[in-house]
Amino acid sequence: MPFSDELDIRVTDTSLRDGSHAKRHRFTEDDVRSIVKALDDAGMPVIEVTHGDGLGGSSYNYGRSLVDERVLMKAAVDQAGRAKIAALMLPGLGTKDDIKAINDIGVSIVRIATHCTEADISEQHFALARDIGLETVGFLMMAHTIDADSLARQARIMADAGCQCVYVVDSAGAMILDDASDRVAAVVAELGDDAQVGFHGHENLSLSLANTIFAVRAGAVQVDGSTRRFGAGSGNTSCEALAAVFERLGIGTGLDVLKMIDAAEDVVRPIMDEECVLDRMSLIMGYAGVYSSFLKHAYRAAERYGVSGADILLECGNRKLVGGQEDQIIQIAADLARDRR
Amino acid sequence: MVTAAIVGSGNIGTDLMYKLLRSPHIEPRWMIGIDPESEGLRLAAEQGLEASPEGVDWLLARAELPDIVFEATSAYVHVHNAPRYREAGIRAVDLTPAARGPFVVPAANLTEHLGEINLNMVTCGGQATIPMVHAVSRVVPVPYAEIVATVASKSAGPGTRQNIDEFTRTTAAAVELIGGAERGKAIIILNPAEPPLIMRDTIFCAIPADTDTDKIAESIHEVVAEVQTYVPGYRLTADPQFDDPQPGETTARVAVFIEVKGAGDYLPPYAGNLDIMTASAIKVGEELAHHL
Repeated sequence: MPFSDELDIRVTDTSLRDGSHAKRHRFTEDDVRSIVKALDDAGMPVIEVTHGDGLGGSSYNYGRSLVDERVLMKAAVDQAGRAKIAALMLPGLGTKDDIKAINDIGVSIVRIATHCTEADISEQHFALARDIGLETVGFLMMAHTIDADSLARQARIMADAGCQCVYVVDSAGAMILDDASDRVAAVVAELGDDAQVGFHGHENLSLSLANTIFAVRAGAVQVDGSTRRFGAGSGNTSCEALAAVFERLGIGTGLDVLKMIDAAEDVVRPIMDEECVLDRMSLIMGYAGVYSSFLKHAYRAAERYGVSGADILLECGNRKLVGGQEDQIIQIAADLARDRR
Repeated sequence: MVTAAIVGSGNIGTDLMYKLLRSPHIEPRWMIGIDPESEGLRLAAEQGLEASPEGVDWLLARAELPDIVFEATSAYVHVHNAPRYREAGIRAVDLTPAARGPFVVPAANLTEHLGEINLNMVTCGGQATIPMVHAVSRVVPVPYAEIVATVASKSAGPGTRQNIDEFTRTTAAAVELIGGAERGKAIIILNPAEPPLIMRDTIFCAIPADTDTDKIAESIHEVVAEVQTYVPGYRLTADPQFDDPQPGETTARVAVFIEVKGAGDYLPPYAGNLDIMTASAIKVGEELAHHL
């Protein structure tokens, strides 16, 4: 079943949210307006704009925003013509007050994220979001860490709470082809007509687009990408490559391939501090199953404590850290520095 | 010896009972629940308490009433119960986030509100982190403090899960009011790792740029020792970490890393978040007992 009468698959661009990690949360209003304008013009149906760690993410733990995320979201809403603007929130960090505030700003979709075993902390937030008329998406993060059936049970909790599309989220970029399609298929089977299923990938094992194709073949009708792969770790699925590949596969996304390619090169790349590349650190994240947004924090802690960033990331994997535990990166770096003395 | 009733026969109430049974100042005499099948009520009866599944109505109909009630139900239930305890003249130590009375964190303001009829124990994250904010703010002004509490998924019950906003709001408010920070922020994370991880807390405080870091570190070590008198499993996992102001910022920063290992009375040792709640409530109860 397609996403809608017009689109086989609906793509959400997350360069202004996941890319916030790569940009160290230093987007300006001009950055937001330029990217939203170019993507809107290229037919991008949804654009997500928030601090990388979601509403209320500006903090010591996750990095302080240069510009208040509500100002950035407002700029995106004002700039967008056809595109809907989405925002991410994580219960335990953001609250229902944040959801009310984005509704007032004119954001149309809230994406509520929990670790993949903790869906029940999101119930009150889905209920509120539906009450006030927001479209809802649920994010089951670090989905590679549990099996397909367990994931489907968590997806059921979100759907029953009011979530309209549950995403299988490969936060660590650790999934390999069938890992994505098996999980998506199990969630599709559990949810049936009750909610749609989506997929969010990272490039840490160089498989994000391939995993996205597998997810779509297994029944996902919403997928994420970031133009120029602008995201955490080695970035997300490339939206411009996705547009080209899906056109060749005959899957309708509504994206204008050439305009997407131009937007990536001419608009998004100049705003990035550096390309998102598959280097030692990001490959280790995919290999060790580490939450992608730890990357810049690990670089900073490695420099501050004079220890190896790769060792920090491997230890994050050993300690089974989940998304949000950026504070423990400092602890690990301090431990490594002490052990060396 | 003052007498106490425990209202709520779940994990918290039962752990509280075992701790109270060791108290030289408080005698736990009643345990009240609403489920006749409750494990907590069975264990309470085994320990010689009068245990009833008939709720607060039953307790308030006794010929003899307790001096202190420890409320270990939910915020919703305590909102209903608080006025009834008040009418009956019973002191309440509230372990839910209902916040009907002033916040108490023993290492920061143990004796400040002893005259009040209802005292609130904030949240587990608050009990673990606010002493550290207090340790810093009594040495230098703290314009901003942020706490990150990570608990094992298994130690977060349905109450916490369905009211996670209560945790962040109540903890942040108490970081300001009791911790002494001008602005507070609280973050809670659930981690499902097996074996379950022991509660970890990180406390970040903004501090003046030209500050005597040794004085702050000394104050932190003093308060850690103070908390250890009532929560033996409370410890620093690293020395306090000081960072100079980052580009674009005017304040420096101290980060404090804490682990809270439970005493394993009823709850397993990883559930330090629950242990610090019950241990802090008992510290408050005993202080009340001295003044009754």
